[in-house]
Amino acid sequence: MPELNSEDEPEPIGGGPRRRGRTIPPGVAVRTGRETLSVELALTIFRQMVRTRALEDRSIKMSKSGEAYFWIGGPGEEATNVCLGLQVHKGHGPAYDYLHLHYRNAGVMLGMGMSMLDHVRQLGMRRTDPHSMGRNFVGHYCIPKWNVVPVTSVIEVQFAMAPGTALVQKRFGGEGITVVVGGEAGTAEGDFDSCLNWSTRPGNELPVLMLVTNNRFGISTDLHTVHVNRPVADRGIPYGIRAETVDGNDPIAVWHGIARAMRYCRDERRPFLLETMVSRLNGHSSSSGAMRDPAEADPLAAFERRLVDEGAIDEAGVQAMKDDAKAEADAAVVEAMAEPQPTPADVRRFTYADSEVDAVYPGDYTGLPGRR
Amino acid sequence: MATLVQAVRLALHYGEEYLGVTDVFGEDVGPPLGGVFTATQGLRTAWNSPLDERGILGTAMGIAYAGGRPVCEIQFADYAFNVIDVMKVAGNQRWASAGGYPMPIVVMTPTGAGIRGSLYHSHSFESWASRLPGWKVVLPSNPLDAYGLTIAAIKDPNPVMLLLPKALMRVKGDRPLPGEPADPDELSKMIDAPVGADRAGWKPRWPDLPEYVVPIGSANRVREGEAATVVSYGRTLPLCAAAADELSKQGHTFDVIDLRSIFPYDWDLISQSIAKTGRLLVVNEDTEVTNFAEHLIRRAVDEHFYDLLVRPRALMGDHIPGIGMNQVYETNSVPQSYHIRDAMRDIAAEAA
Repeated sequence: MPELNSEDEPEPIGGGPRRRGRTIPPGVAVRTGRETLSVELALTIFRQMVRTRALEDRSIKMSKSGEAYFWIGGPGEEATNVCLGLQVHKGHGPAYDYLHLHYRNAGVMLGMGMSMLDHVRQLGMRRTDPHSMGRNFVGHYCIPKWNVVPVTSVIEVQFAMAPGTALVQKRFGGEGITVVVGGEAGTAEGDFDSCLNWSTRPGNELPVLMLVTNNRFGISTDLHTVHVNRPVADRGIPYGIRAETVDGNDPIAVWHGIARAMRYCRDERRPFLLETMVSRLNGHSSSSGAMRDPAEADPLAAFERRLVDEGAIDEAGVQAMKDDAKAEADAAVVEAMAEPQPTPADVRRFTYADSEVDAVYPGDYTGLPGRR
Repeated sequence: MATLVQAVRLALHYGEEYLGVTDVFGEDVGPPLGGVFTATQGLRTAWNSPLDERGILGTAMGIAYAGGRPVCEIQFADYAFNVIDVMKVAGNQRWASAGGYPMPIVVMTPTGAGIRGSLYHSHSFESWASRLPGWKVVLPSNPLDAYGLTIAAIKDPNPVMLLLPKALMRVKGDRPLPGEPADPDELSKMIDAPVGADRAGWKPRWPDLPEYVVPIGSANRVREGEAATVVSYGRTLPLCAAAADELSKQGHTFDVIDLRSIFPYDWDLISQSIAKTGRLLVVNEDTEVTNFAEHLIRRAVDEHFYDLLVRPRALMGDHIPGIGMNQVYETNSVPQSYHIRDAMRDIAAEAA
């Protein structure tokens, strides 16, 4: 089993009572078809999905209460995102994985071990926001020590950048790969094809895992009114890229789909296009109300039913896990909102890095040239 | 004496050998061509990219994220327009990440008219570039400055756009690069790939040139005078200097300032000169609506209103969609030497 990313490993599973060994004997697994997850791993994934949902629910509440101006995120993508975050080789520099994410990836970050607090600091526009010092929308993460490059709201530009980190990794050797994530609507942008093309130059194939989370909508536009009715994964065919579409709402299927894709990229140093079919439970963002869409399948509820039905956890254990996650999210909000806001003196900070060859700005930006 | 494009090439070579440049890339940048203007011929790290400007800048950003030092080329500034949002993102990465990710990239691209390039090889880009906060933008007008600004662009750990005036690419300067062979034919034999021959076995013999930096944000007063301040850069700069020489015979002497950096620009030098002359003319060839010259004039009005003896003015390109192929179009679209001479004479002669 791959090494798991976690904040404080090893973590207890939610603190609730677990019915160890009653229904599921040790070593038995939950399965989809021929694919299985150990109970331990399934419960680790489930717990991170629960935490992610709790954080998203609390985030939506904040956007409605006025504590935050805007919410966007990934309720409905928890299975895919958590399974990705748990399998990332986390670290700094080309030996480790680079992450070019989009703005629905809270589950990836929690899976990697980011605290809820660091998410809420950005949502609450605090000066302590480690990603952007209160400058960017929520979910626009940036963690240099984990190779998480800044998330932008500009759809799909990350696909034009991914070949660059992968190129350095290919030269560096080792197992580090570049993971780039976007939605299916963004594949209409040329940058998506840029990534396909730049990662398949003969002799210079690049270790890029292109992950397309397909929720079938671009804001309000139905995929099949603006795209041909074929899998996004087929876009890899003309480039000879290995590709696969998996059920991104089933943690068992998507865990193994990501594991296969990552193993291929790590070993073969070539790209892989993985499409995961996911839900969008709360619409595009707070701009469309962030209301729950009852027509969308809920991967968290489905996984909960399976785990309970198969005896991996009981109802009380689930409830305890949810209570813990909600308490953690509530505490993060209380703590973050007590922290300072940016000051007017911060406005220009971090525009320029120090330069020994700049006569006007040897340090940071200080206003128009020559203005004193 | 090196040409401007040879100077850029020598500076890129210096960057590869001594400043950690890891990649010089873009369309036709690698062998066999070495760039449509030969700016990248013979460079060790030069490689050909797909014909994809967004991919070029995006990949440069990715290389920089992972610790590399890329120099990439957009083949003509005319083809940089579909990259402008990626440029915006490159300029904001350090700010957006509150210092998390610096963005040490150099983008070089030929700009402006003067090579009979018609609609799609004549556009100016500096006014667009000046609206990209987080970037630094330089534009040399001679080989020595091109050498020093290219090295500065590489050494600066921020995104730097190196705009190269197409019309001056093959023009020699009047100041040699430090350490360049005295015989220009010798330099050409050393570093220019043979034309029309098989280049597979060709390797440049690089002269050993030292580091030379033109600081970003430092302008150069190329003529000194009293009648007026003329600020220009790129293709029109030598035309302004030549006009100043001609008009000096009629008793009008000018401060001619080669701006060299569009941003940050050397306001101290401009400001001192305006205080002395009381007259300001800015000359460039970009289209005249929302032209970078207008910003300089705004500051001149703001900060030197009571120093100005006559209205400040700008001589710029016509606000038309392109430059036509027939030379009638080009000579009547962007400032030519006689337009510049007349504008300089007018501002010098106008009664205060």
